Amino acid sequence: MADPGTQEVVLEDLEATTRLTGRKHILSLLVEDKPGVLARIAGLFSRRGFNIDTLAVGPTEDPEVSRITLTLDGAVHPIDQVTKQLHKLVNVIKIRDMDPDATVAREMALFRVQATVEGRAEIMQFAEIFAADIIDVSRRTLTIEVTGTQDKIDAFERMIRPHGLIEMARTGEVAISRSRPDQ
Amino acid sequence: MRAADALCEALKAEGVEHVFGIPGGASLPIYDALYDADLNHIQVRHEQCGGHAAEGYAKASGKVGVAFATSGPGATNLVTAIADAMMDSVPTVFVTGQVRTELIGTDGFQEADVTGITMPVVKHSFLVTDPRQIPRYVHEAFHIAATGRPGPVLVDIPQDLSRAEIDYEPPEGKPDLPGYKPPTEGNIKQIRLAAKALANARRPVIYGGGGIVNANAAEEFRELCASDRIPVTLTVMGLGAFPAPHDQWLGMLGMHGTRTANYAMDEADLIVAVGARFDDRITGKLSEFAPRAKFIHIDVDPAEISKNVPAHIPIVGDARDVLPKLTREYRALKPDSARLEEWWGRIQEWQANHPLRYEDSRDTEIKPQFMIEAMYEATGGDAIITSDVGQHQMWAAQYYHFNRPRQWINSGGLGTMGFGLPAAIGAKVARPDDEVVCLAGDGSLIMVCQELATAAYHDIPVKVFLMNNGHFGMVRQWQELFWAERYKAVEMGPSPDWPKLAEAFGWTGMQCSDKGELRDAMKTALDADGPVLLDVHVTKDENCFPMIPAGAAARDMVG
Repeated sequence: MADPGTQEVVLEDLEATTRLTGRKHILSLLVEDKPGVLARIAGLFSRRGFNIDTLAVGPTEDPEVSRITLTLDGAVHPIDQVTKQLHKLVNVIKIRDMDPDATVAREMALFRVQATVEGRAEIMQFAEIFAADIIDVSRRTLTIEVTGTQDKIDAFERMIRPHGLIEMARTGEVAISRSRPDQ
Repeated sequence: MRAADALCEALKAEGVEHVFGIPGGASLPIYDALYDADLNHIQVRHEQCGGHAAEGYAKASGKVGVAFATSGPGATNLVTAIADAMMDSVPTVFVTGQVRTELIGTDGFQEADVTGITMPVVKHSFLVTDPRQIPRYVHEAFHIAATGRPGPVLVDIPQDLSRAEIDYEPPEGKPDLPGYKPPTEGNIKQIRLAAKALANARRPVIYGGGGIVNANAAEEFRELCASDRIPVTLTVMGLGAFPAPHDQWLGMLGMHGTRTANYAMDEADLIVAVGARFDDRITGKLSEFAPRAKFIHIDVDPAEISKNVPAHIPIVGDARDVLPKLTREYRALKPDSARLEEWWGRIQEWQANHPLRYEDSRDTEIKPQFMIEAMYEATGGDAIITSDVGQHQMWAAQYYHFNRPRQWINSGGLGTMGFGLPAAIGAKVARPDDEVVCLAGDGSLIMVCQELATAAYHDIPVKVFLMNNGHFGMVRQWQELFWAERYKAVEMGPSPDWPKLAEAFGWTGMQCSDKGELRDAMKTALDADGPVLLDVHVTKDENCFPMIPAGAAARDMVG
């Protein structure tokens, strides 16, 4: 783009930024580890009518700072408005709208599945294909731990659901940016 | 020293001279510290009004207003004022007492989770968990309240912690908060782009809001307006930032703005928004708002930009920094003012065809608009005017021509009834040498009439000009126009004898119902010592026009 200081301005050509991106966004927030921070963030989302798809909270390398990883649908919410509102919270130190091509994101999920004599082998086969671990077993059930992208976990769920999904717990995605190869 | 004494020292270090409040059990240590502190405490009669008085103080002075309340009901009574300060970006610090630390979470006597309750309506809040935090949080609270986009900050202090012994040294410099870096300077490339767009516009309008007043940038705003013959309009919060009357002045815009201002927005090709937030009372039906316009949006709060109306040229920064640069860049382009001739022709046509007008009575009856005109004349147009919300507020905005910032103090965003009297008390404390008049509605005044005691007790000579129409007038107007005249709960019924009520509180009470006597009555009230309430009986069923019906477009104004 030319330096706006040198170009002519024709009013008709000015465009406002489009607001909806139409894709999933992962926001990575660094926040001060202070009481009420999560309530402030949750409150902001409900007050402004933003929907959080997933949310994961945990410590970082700095004991005074926590990381909150949020996923949101950019087809429904203007992400820049979400990040700007989040920035207004004094306890929010930094926000990154993660670039999908330069981000490694993972989620962990636990599934308890009905495992009949006939079905058990197939479930174990799926677990192997998905590089999942069987972490608990009973006569009629298997409990499986899967880690991976949201899509992978969704796919695993689709595979085992017909066997009888008793219970599922998912952490929501956490994400970190990829290192450049020369780093 | 005790942490409560450190609290007072910290307030003084922030330049605080006056605080508004009511004591209670959980704030006993704080009030014990106030006994010795060199701070003027104004004892209000309801915490909500303490909050509004702090707002009035802040709006009149530009300094941070401070209000105190005790825990539980004291703190919850503050909530309306906190929300009001949030909506109108008023720099305020609220200090609440909290129950003792070991009682928090037990539903103790007078316990309320005030940080939780107020979370959606504060700029920031602090719950003290260590007595050493108290003075530090106070300094941080002032920094946050006053900088960037101003707003309310709450500091909630458990009773046991305010009694603890701590060391306190006033800090040097401003606090460093890792998550709080308000923008100041605007991006110069964006400013240049804006200047060029403005120079190319043939139907531009400058639309200013309360942000200009908050940024103390009225002079810089006027410079920008003076750089060419660009038409200027202001929101109800911005009134006074540009002097009225003036040959570039279109009047206020929005729901009860002038037809000229609203039509100009409707037909503009470029709108320069300065410290304004495209509230629904401005835009009317959003999809039909200013359909031909491109938008330059200057605001210190990045989240306001493109929130309601997408901006073509966003400029994030303090108006006081951005406006002089924009003026300089614009002047350097030497734009040809002749390009605006056609636009002014159109505007002057609207001005001639649609001036603000009302039908005056043919007898002695006082029309509410006449009352505002009389008030303008009696005060020489120079008084600080506070108001509540409703018809009287809109008539004042239309007919009292504000010519300087901080002259017009009202509740714009939250629209809080009863704001005017406590705000007038706060404004008079801030500006004792200025005439301060509360233009009150009778529906509003009765909500806060206990504050007549505050003004009498502390000898604060405010004047209340009561526009008494015996109704919740604006709601009555809506029931008449949009709800088939099914009037419900809008008539005030047997109102008090206001002059007697005023006298009972130690005020001077006056009454007027003859328009021939009104100006003199107002002058008498203004010249009298001490607080005076002048009860003015006006037409009961006058409607405030013109108006954009809710959800309609600007060009569909009625009345």
